[in-house]
Amino acid sequence: MPKRTDLKRILIVGSGPIVIGQACEFDYSGTQACKALRADGYEVVLINSNPATIMTDPELADRTYVEPLSVEFATEVIRRERPDALLSTVGGQTGLNLAVALAEAGVLEQYGVELIGAKVESIKKAEDRLLFKDAMRKIGLDTPQSQLVKDVDKGLEFAARIGYPLILRPSFTLGGSGGGIAYNREDLIDILERGLDLSPVHEVLIEESVLGWKEYELEVMRDLADNAIIVCSIENFDAMGVHTGDSITVAPVQTLTDREYQMMRDGALACLREIGVDTGGSNVQFAINPKDGRMVIVEMNPRVSRSSALASKATGFPIAKIAAKLAVGYRLDEIRNDITKVTPACFEPTIDYVVVKIPRWQFEKFPGAEPVLGTQMKSVGEVMSIGRTFQQALNKAIRSLETGKSLSAAAYDEKQIPQKLITPNPDRLNYIRFAFEKGYSVEEIHEMTAVDPWFLERVRDAVLLEQNLEGGTLDEATPERFRELKRAGISDNVIARAWKAEPLAVREARKNAGVAAVFNRVDSCAAEFESFTPYLYSTYEFACEADPSDRKKVMILGSGPNRIGQGIEFDYACCHASFALQDFGCESIMVNCNPETVSTDYDTSDRLYFEPLTLEEVLNIVDTEKPDGVIVQFGGQTPLNLALPLKHAGVPIIGTDPENIDLAEDRKLFGALLDSLNIPSPANGTATSVEEACEVATRLGYPVLVRPSYVLGGRAMVIAYDEDMVRRYMQEAVTFSVKRPVLIDRFLEDATEVDVDALADGEDVLIGGIMEHIEEAGVHSGDSSCVLPPFSIPEATLRTIEAYTVKLAKALNVIGLMNVQYAIKDGTVYVLEVNPRASRTVPYVSKATGVPLPKIAVGLMLGRKLKDFAHLTGGIVNGRLPVPQFFVKSPVFPFNKFPGVDPALGPEMRSTGEVMGVGENFGEAFAKAQLSAGTPLPDKGSIFISVNDRDKGAALEVARRFVELGFTLHATRGTASMFKAAGLACKTVFKVNEGRPNAVDLLKAASVQLVIYTTTGAHSFTDEKAIRRTAVFHRIPCITTMSGAKAAVEAISSRRRDPIRVWSLQEIHEKGAESKAKYNLVS
Amino acid sequence: MNLAILALEDGTVFEGRGFGAPVERHGEVVFNTSITGYQEIFTDPSYAGQIVVLTYPQIGNYGANDEDNESARPYIEGLVVREFSPLSSNWRADEKADDFLARHSIPVGAEIDTRALVRHLRSRGVMRGVLSSSAAGVDPQLLVEKARQAPSMAGLDLATRVSAPQRYEWTKGVDPCSPSDLLAPAAECPYHVVAYDFGIKRNILRRLVHTGCKVTVVPAHTLAEDVLALKPDGVFLSNGPGDPEPLEFQAAQVRKLIGKAPVFGICLGQQVLGLALGGKTYKLKFGHRGGNHPVLNKVTNKVEITSHNHGFAVDPDSLNASDVELTHINLNDNTLEGFRHRNYPVFSVQYHPEAAPGPHDSLYLFDDFVTLMKENKER
Ligand SMILES: Nc1ncnc2c1ncn2[C@@H]1O[C@H](COP(=O)(O)OP(=O)(O)O)[C@@H](O)[C@H]1O
Ligand SMILES: Nc1ncnc2c1ncn2[C@@H]1O[C@H](COP(=O)(O)OP(=O)(O)O)[C@@H](O)[C@H]1O
Ligand SMILES: [Mg+2]
Ligand SMILES: [Mg+2]
Repeated sequence: MPKRTDLKRILIVGSGPIVIGQACEFDYSGTQACKALRADGYEVVLINSNPATIMTDPELADRTYVEPLSVEFATEVIRRERPDALLSTVGGQTGLNLAVALAEAGVLEQYGVELIGAKVESIKKAEDRLLFKDAMRKIGLDTPQSQLVKDVDKGLEFAARIGYPLILRPSFTLGGSGGGIAYNREDLIDILERGLDLSPVHEVLIEESVLGWKEYELEVMRDLADNAIIVCSIENFDAMGVHTGDSITVAPVQTLTDREYQMMRDGALACLREIGVDTGGSNVQFAINPKDGRMVIVEMNPRVSRSSALASKATGFPIAKIAAKLAVGYRLDEIRNDITKVTPACFEPTIDYVVVKIPRWQFEKFPGAEPVLGTQMKSVGEVMSIGRTFQQALNKAIRSLETGKSLSAAAYDEKQIPQKLITPNPDRLNYIRFAFEKGYSVEEIHEMTAVDPWFLERVRDAVLLEQNLEGGTLDEATPERFRELKRAGISDNVIARAWKAEPLAVREARKNAGVAAVFNRVDSCAAEFESFTPYLYSTYEFACEADPSDRKKVMILGSGPNRIGQGIEFDYACCHASFALQDFGCESIMVNCNPETVSTDYDTSDRLYFEPLTLEEVLNIVDTEKPDGVIVQFGGQTPLNLALPLKHAGVPIIGTDPENIDLAEDRKLFGALLDSLNIPSPANGTATSVEEACEVATRLGYPVLVRPSYVLGGRAMVIAYDEDMVRRYMQEAVTFSVKRPVLIDRFLEDATEVDVDALADGEDVLIGGIMEHIEEAGVHSGDSSCVLPPFSIPEATLRTIEAYTVKLAKALNVIGLMNVQYAIKDGTVYVLEVNPRASRTVPYVSKATGVPLPKIAVGLMLGRKLKDFAHLTGGIVNGRLPVPQFFVKSPVFPFNKFPGVDPALGPEMRSTGEVMGVGENFGEAFAKAQLSAGTPLPDKGSIFISVNDRDKGAALEVARRFVELGFTLHATRGTASMFKAAGLACKTVFKVNEGRPNAVDLLKAASVQLVIYTTTGAHSFTDEKAIRRTAVFHRIPCITTMSGAKAAVEAISSRRRDPIRVWSLQEIHEKGAESKAKYNLVS
Repeated sequence: MNLAILALEDGTVFEGRGFGAPVERHGEVVFNTSITGYQEIFTDPSYAGQIVVLTYPQIGNYGANDEDNESARPYIEGLVVREFSPLSSNWRADEKADDFLARHSIPVGAEIDTRALVRHLRSRGVMRGVLSSSAAGVDPQLLVEKARQAPSMAGLDLATRVSAPQRYEWTKGVDPCSPSDLLAPAAECPYHVVAYDFGIKRNILRRLVHTGCKVTVVPAHTLAEDVLALKPDGVFLSNGPGDPEPLEFQAAQVRKLIGKAPVFGICLGQQVLGLALGGKTYKLKFGHRGGNHPVLNKVTNKVEITSHNHGFAVDPDSLNASDVELTHINLNDNTLEGFRHRNYPVFSVQYHPEAAPGPHDSLYLFDDFVTLMKENKER
């Protein structure tokens, strides 16, 4: 069957903002789908609310809509575009759900749009857990006993029959939101109530527990002719009970005989056929009882998933790309294997290495959330590593995490071992290693963790190998010794620490001993056929397959695992750097270890090194490739940390000089620079003792912003309103020393914050965008909504900002991108910080202006000038880029994953993703952004307002507007009396501590649709927390700043006024006809 | 720790660490790309005379157990792997893979750069080699010399050597490996199949029984007359080691059987059948050994993922197109993977529908055989 010719135009649905459980793996799948379909001559229309994605680049689709993924707006896109088909399977759960919703709303039928990939019936059969179980039993597959309940009593009945523990899973929630394990009656009632509430259909599946069983996943593909293959098998290191997204996983399976593996394979194929996924990739999860081999099927996802991204990177088999081709009618045997060129894609990849994935968590950013792992996914990112053995891969993966945690015994507490092993938690692997150091046996640890003894034994050997290093010295080391250590994946740093030597000295010594890294290829066929794709990983074997070219080449250092504050935006920049290099006739070499990303697609760069971003590994690649330049500007903090060491090792860093990047981070030097440029910044000082801190604070005047000068993970920044807050912070919150003082700034209250992204070539400075924040300074730039163009800042101030930006760019001799954050208070512009590198907002600005900032930046780093890019900037080489419409960027928060955490916003970033709203006026854009962010504003109903005295004036204005819009008001006593005094009708509500029914009851009773609640600053009282928590829990939008409240009014009036309308980026920027070739669309 | 050396006839030498039995063996060095199923590979008689390199680097993880043996003992001459597990972890394991091989005096060379070795064999073709798992103080050049003295696979009749000395009945079917094994219910056994043993794998026998056959296994040197005397409803030609060309006697018997009873051949069985039908066989550069080969069934026009283990193949052009229909083609390199006779109930495949190890996509061939016998009986 060749491809279908009856389809011309295909709508692809993206997965929206990055949230826990749905990250940039869907940018990877969506991007592949766009490329594949266009390469086949189809017209692609794309809808995705996430501006930070590669897939939403105007060049990747014929028409790109950055619009809310709601039936309303998707329908409007369909009405305008009249696609022939909708591809539902590459946009994650969000894409799948929207497809189903559109089908059920009759929209697809009305406009004659065919659903390709998976049909609604199949999706339902797979997603509805009961239908699924029936289907599986029908084909003889075993599943855990279970029952679907709609109320708590039914749940208790089931528990009485089956006994505890029980697994609870709400229907149709993402990444297991609201699910959990009930060990007793209390848990059951607790989790069940929450689950019923969170499930859109108010159903929860209660299930027999198979905790402690081995967990497996198979990635399956099927074409219209019913040819089906297994792309990859994955075995979880963590047993059943820890979500696969939170589990350390290993590809391929390690502890199954062929008989058992084939049984699972048969099961997966039977499942796929029964569910009726007619084309594309699916993910099937199994559990096996380690005692007798009983196998149950856990679930199947009828779409590409996080695991299929992992499987694609692990095998070199591009699942999403092929899924897209199958969806338009190709057979698997009609598609070529890109890597071997001679063999077809209809085969089962076989690998000759081991792949390990480790998730990355950030509980530290959510005080109050218990750092334990269960059936609901909590991780914000992951790393993957490839090694010739499990040991080697595991050690590389641990390095890739960049947690900075030293893995030596010192860091852990022996008394905690049992508890840390029994209850799964982010630190468990480290505690397992620690336990081995302390002499625990494989059996003991298996007892406590249920981790398979085979894995444990390999971990133990690696730990012992490290322990035996102690007391050794560099000059005793033989070549055999070095090879043994490196083959086990032990880093030069670890060796150096044990042998009291410098890591670089260890490196020299082993290289002289003939032990240097070589590179093997990921080829999908275990070397049975020649590989034409330079997709490489380092090992300590004897033969190197890198064979570098002698072209002019530049290496890009990626951003490693996704984490809050460093996510997809930086991968976006890195990918563009790569595309740009290829445009400029330069070979692009990508280095990264994040399997979710587009940057680790072997198709993105000329050469891909899947490696940890450590000095050791990067130098290995430099030794082999000898690049003409290395780019550290695009990958966020990760490559910046390597910039100076690399420079000192003689590696040619291009773009802004690492010394200057550093200068911007250095308090004293940077302060001096600002003075010399006489650019104001908030008064500040440093302290190395509690007393000193209090003095400095008093000198600067309260409130002050306090933060450590050196941070691991969370930033631990607080706003202190008085001396004992400073004391408490110094005593409890931070570690500081003379070398690492605490930084104290005067905190600018009620200041407007502004983000600026600019390009500089040493002569000219071009301002990409001046972004006005909605929330005032004090809310982290990454956590506040912002708008392009600025809408309330006077032109004169904008010019000041422009002038400062130009001065700074020149002073720091920036070549490429620079980001500056300003705060405007009483007309004065203060600099908060300068980052001479690509920032989180680069993709957003690029999309709003239609000017590819990263591409130009690369040009500048290669020595070109802004003048040379006039054709891309509409002739502008300095000054400000124009913005044709209003573009609002809003953050998305994971609070629903961390019940009990206070969702109030502050100077520490906590959002995981962002969305963009486009409109002809600010209100329209803001309304769309809020809708996309999952916090839609109500268009009628009642509002609860409680504000501190500072905000009362502003609140009155806002309240009046709301009343005009027909809303009714509730308020706490103080606020209420003010409203009444001003002649506004308003119901008075008790504060939590004043009696019942109080504000919280009001929210629970769902009798308010919007909450406006500003903190009294100083101590955030328990009932403030309670109110915000309840709001989040019941999905009632909760606005914590007056500026936010004002914006909300604008948005709601726009909803009243403006029709549902959408714009494609191409029509906004009239750039539809950009060359496709450079985004290597020709496949 | 024991030093292991693998020396190839072209002078290439690989050093590693010795496991299994501390001995020295020679054979043709071949590689298999399966990820699971090492025990089935060890015990598949088709590997007689061969030193097997496994491309998957972690071998031995799940130990060894009785049910997964494909014959009474391992037939490989030696094993070469990247990492050999010191521990076995699986509920079915009876012993460690290391002890299993040591018990049968098979040497293992571990910690060898198997990827480099496989790329070498891929580009130069399979070749003779010597593996010593206790090579301390041994001069590698000496081993290279020995490799050059070793007999070449081409023209070598190994089938008759591994064949059963005398006739026996096989009655055991397939039993589930787990309470959740998805097995079609075992059928009654109304059909009598006589199976030529050229090195037959037990899973072929188990599958024949499972799909409804009473099986009599006969030695490779059995005359067609004696086979017919057993009143077979069908004749099966098994897999086996070595070069098919020397098997003229067997080809002659098969020629006599065609038309007398339905015939089904697997692997070497297909090659013997090919010779019987006047065809030629040839040696592949590095063979097909693995569990992931795409084979197109030209009759159903569907692709099967199949299990392979063959170093020789039948040349499709050598078969008379008016007698023979080509039914299966390998999509990787277009080698002939199956054919059937146009006028007689005779068919065969080059790959392994019985799997063990490998995918089960092609089990239907056993049903096809039973159907042929049924139709033939009814006629
Ligand atoms: N019956 C069960 N007993 C124990 N753990 C389970 C059970 N069912 C699921 N789990 C655990 O919960 C995790 C999430 O369940 P899953 O069905 O995969 O939901 P999701 O759609 O969130 O992936 C699984 O990865 C597994 O570790
Ligand atoms: N002096 C200050 N006054 C008011 N707000 C500030 C001040 N300094 C920082 N902030 C707020 O804290 C946030 C984070 O501070 P910043 O220096 O940008 O750290 P990061 O490196 O995490 O971006 C800023 O986005 C801003 O909202
Ligand atoms: Mg799952
Ligand atoms: Mg900042």
